This record gives sequence, structure tokens and C-alpha cells, in this order.
Amino acid sequence: MLQVLKPSRGHILPGYRLTLFYTLFYLLLIVLIPLGGLFVKTASLSWTAFWEVILTPRVLASFRVTFGSALVSALINVVFGLVTAWVLVRYSFPFKRPLDSLIDFPFALPTAVAGITLTSLLAPSGWVGQHLEPLGIKAAYSPLGIVLALTFIGLPFVVRSVQPVLEAVGKEVEEAAESLGASRGQVFLRVILPEILPALLTGFTLAFARTVGEYGSVIFISGNMPMKTEIVPLLIVGKLEQFDYTAATALAVVMLVVSFVLLLLSNHLQSLANRRLGTS
Amino acid sequence: MQKHLTLGLILLASTAHASTTLLNVSYDPTREFYQEFNQAFAKHWKKQTGQDLTFNQSHAGSGAQARAVIDGLEADVVTLALSYDIDSIAEKAKLLPENWQSRLAYNSSPYTSTIVFLVRKGNPKNIKDWDDLVKPNVQVITPNPKTSGGARWNFLAAWGFALKKYKTEDKAKDFVTRLFKNVPVLDSGARGSTTTFVERGIGDVLLAWENEALLATRELGEGKFQIVAPSLSILAEPPVTWVDKNVQKHGTEKVAKAYLNYLYSQEGQEIAAKNYYRPRSKNILAKYEKQFPKVKLFTLQSVFGNWQSAQKKFFNDGGLFDQIYQK
Repeated sequence: MLQVLKPSRGHILPGYRLTLFYTLFYLLLIVLIPLGGLFVKTASLSWTAFWEVILTPRVLASFRVTFGSALVSALINVVFGLVTAWVLVRYSFPFKRPLDSLIDFPFALPTAVAGITLTSLLAPSGWVGQHLEPLGIKAAYSPLGIVLALTFIGLPFVVRSVQPVLEAVGKEVEEAAESLGASRGQVFLRVILPEILPALLTGFTLAFARTVGEYGSVIFISGNMPMKTEIVPLLIVGKLEQFDYTAATALAVVMLVVSFVLLLLSNHLQSLANRRLGTS
Repeated sequence: MQKHLTLGLILLASTAHASTTLLNVSYDPTREFYQEFNQAFAKHWKKQTGQDLTFNQSHAGSGAQARAVIDGLEADVVTLALSYDIDSIAEKAKLLPENWQSRLAYNSSPYTSTIVFLVRKGNPKNIKDWDDLVKPNVQVITPNPKTSGGARWNFLAAWGFALKKYKTEDKAKDFVTRLFKNVPVLDSGARGSTTTFVERGIGDVLLAWENEALLATRELGEGKFQIVAPSLSILAEPPVTWVDKNVQKHGTEKVAKAYLNYLYSQEGQEIAAKNYYRPRSKNILAKYEKQFPKVKLFTLQSVFGNWQSAQKKFFNDGGLFDQIYQK
């Protein structure tokens, strides 16, 4: 299936040197210089000062809120994103196409709009909130509100990662397994899940990494209470309001490092997924 | 943020060409006021010098605007919410002398405002004064002083009241701690808090700029809300100044100074009053007296010295505001 291409003289791509140079230059200009600036700015803090910024109770609490709610929302999206992808791939029903496009909506919508809309829905006076209130559920201005906003933002990452892989698995494999006597559960656990697991993990890390940095949608719905519902990006803005640029960049660097590790992981998983598909 | 940046760049590009363009970098709630004032001043300037003037207005949070100017947005004049923000421009970017506030009358604040309470129609919780805000069943809406200039005025107003009434710093601290325990939502800006209170129906009382409160009672459905004036509040003095380095570069020094001085003129004062800012001029104030609730006011200087020390003591990291929430 996969043909191994032997590099002949020179390179496969025409204009290899030029394109490589262009790629590096572009990356340098768009990604590396801005990120480097962040590190340079933070470098003006000593290590002790750096840890003093990071280790205050309020900052630690906000890290818990940010990473905790991103984790929960990513897990929710893994479950429901998989179901959504499954339905979109395996079944045909009226309005499937528009529904499929709807998945990308959180990508396109300004997140502040999502935040304001969700807040007005879930606030005690809102359409949904007024029914939750008597049940004792506080949706807006609570950690639950943050999780809901992040779940909204993160959904397309899981669906769009899993969908193509699920399409590639093909129904024949399932039918073959069934004809050999496997139950529905066995087919899913032993045939389908191993195939889509890397893609699912990729979707999870992407959704997680994206929502960790989310600002626009969360500040409207979270209530921004220190120690309870304050997210790290809001603290960064707060530091900037005090003209404390270095402390703000220190927080940013921590976020950056975490996100970078997550994305490395995600890339690794993706290559794993590709290799799997290549050999099957 | 990005939007403001692009906007700033566009403004920057346009100021580079015409020398009779003035860029006023201001904060959020002054939008309507300066639109009206700019037109009036352009007419006045045309009559005096025959020169046409174009204005560019930039609005965002006061702190964010100060940062934009520090980072290179070439404002001719800045009209911000706190002198702390202009101090920072002087200190960090050296674009104007540190004694800028003594260059214009009344601490360079041609109009003032104060902090009042906005309550729902009929005042169901019977809120009359600051003491009512620390009662256990009252919900107070205010933005976060860490991110909002208006919220810092709110905080200082409450502190000033408590200090006057209960005498000691410890009791004042206890008072504001109890007040902030009654706050269910801390929005990042003053407009956000107004939305939370007015649109989402959260809270019993909103701490607000007087001009925002007046705007809310008139624009967001008359009769739905009413203003309660506390017995004592703070005199909020939003400062204005020209940015020396930038006006010299643009050759707009003369017009920028005339522009700011015109804020003190009869016409400027009247436009301020019409937009719910308290004018400095006695006779204009008399004319609009009815719209402003009667409040006894104290100045920031009389209780806190200056903005630098107030900022450090209350709002910087580890300051009093942080202590309230870290217990």
C-alpha cells in the first residue's frame, strides 16, 4: 500500500532548499520571535522571583481552575465527540450535511460571543438557568459554567480528529469480525477502539491545549472569583493592569511550556495513529 | 486586545499624514461625551484659526489604553480614568514630565464623577448607605479592582466611608472584607458589571460610576432602576493631559493644549454635564444640579495621599484586595 520512495540524487520536492528556507524563515518570524520575546522578558526575573509569582495561593488556585476545567471538558468531549463522530460517519439521516458543518461552529465563532451567549442562557434569569436554579444547580458564575464554555469550544477538536479515522476503518472490518463470532461489544473494544484510540487521544490533547488558554468565553461566565473561578489568563490581564509585565510573562511562560508539552504529545500520538493506519 | 491594536495602527497611520489630526486616547465610558465635545471644539477651532481638525478616538479599559501609549500608540492627548495610569506613561515611557498633573486646573481633571449605588425599582432591599451593603442577605455587584479602574474607585470609596465611620484601619479592612464577601460575580470591567446587574438580573445593588448609573437609568428602561446616593463617597477625578513627546513630533502641541483647555470652557463644561459628568464650573453645575444626587464627597488625596500609594497598598499583588480573598 505504501510505496517506499528512495531518495534519488537531490530531493523529491522541487525547490527543496528554497521551500525549507522559506519554512524556517516563516516559523522564525511568526512563531519563534514572539515566543522568544516572552522568554527574554521573563528572564529578567530571578528564579526565586519567578517562583514567588507562580507559587502564591491565588495563582496556584487559578492553575487548578484552568487545568482542572480544561481536563474535565476535554474528557467530556472525548465521550460525546466520539459519539457525534460515530453518528456522522456511520449513519445517514436528514440534515446530516448541515449538522456536520455545525460542528465547526465553535471554531468560527468569536469566543467572547460564545461566552456572552452561554452566560445569558445559563444565568439565573436565562432560558436554561431559570430551570436549573430551582434544582439547586448553579450553572453560570461557577466552575460548572467554565466547564460548559470550554466543552463548547473544544468539541470540534475531538470530532474532527476522530471522524476521518473512523471513516478509514470501514464497515468491512466490523462485518468480518462479526462473521467470526464477535459480539457488538467485542467488535468495538477489540477492533474499532484500537484503530481510533490514537486519534481520540490527539483530539483530547488538542481540545485540552486549546481550552487551557481560553479567555474570551470564560471571563463572562466564570464570575472571576479569586481562589474559586479565576482563570490564569485573567490573572495575566490583572498583572498587566499593574504594569507588571514580567510577572505577566512569567505566568504566560508556564502556560506556554505546558501547552507545548501537550502539543508535542499530541504530535507524537498523531504519528502513532498514522503509522497504525499505514500498516493495517 | 488585537482589535484595539489594529485600530491603534490604523489611527497611527492616519495621524502621520495630516498635522491637524488629533488622537485622543480615552477609556470606555467617555465615548459619547468626547464625540459631542470633539465636534464642538472643531467648530470653535475653525472659527478661531480657520484650520480644519479631524479627531481620532480610541476607547478601551483605562489601563489597557495606558499600556498602548507606553508601547507606542502615538496619542496626542490622553483622557483616562485614573492618574495612576498617566503616571505610568510618564514613568515608564518618559513621554511627559512627572509633574503633568499640575499643568491644568483642578488636578488636570476638568470634570469629575463619583461612585453611587444603582438598585432595582422600589429598592426592595431598602439600601440607603454603605452599611447596608455588608448585610448578609445583600448581593453587591462590582467589577474586579485588579482589572478595572472604576472598581478601584468603588473600593476606595467604601474604604473611605468605613475609615471615617469606624475610625481604625482594621475595622475598615473588616468592612470591605464583608462587602466583598457579598459580591457573587467580579466582572473584568465596569460595563460588564452593568450588564450582569441589568441584563442578567444578578445582585441587589451595583456600585457604579455616577455617569454610568445615570446612563443606565435613562437608557436601559426608565423606572426599572433607581440611583441611591450614599452619605459619603469619593470624588473621582478622571485626569487629562497632552503627551509632550508625541505632540512635539506631530506639531500638534498648540492645538492639543487648546483642546484640553476647552474642556474647562463654558461649552465644554456644559457638554460634560449633559453627559452626566460633574462639571467644575459653578454656574454650569447649578444649571444641572437636579440630575446629580447630593453626596458628600472626599478626595483621594485626603485619605490615601496619591494614586501610587493607594495602588501599592490595596491593589498590587499581596495588597489588601488580595488579602481579602486569600484568607
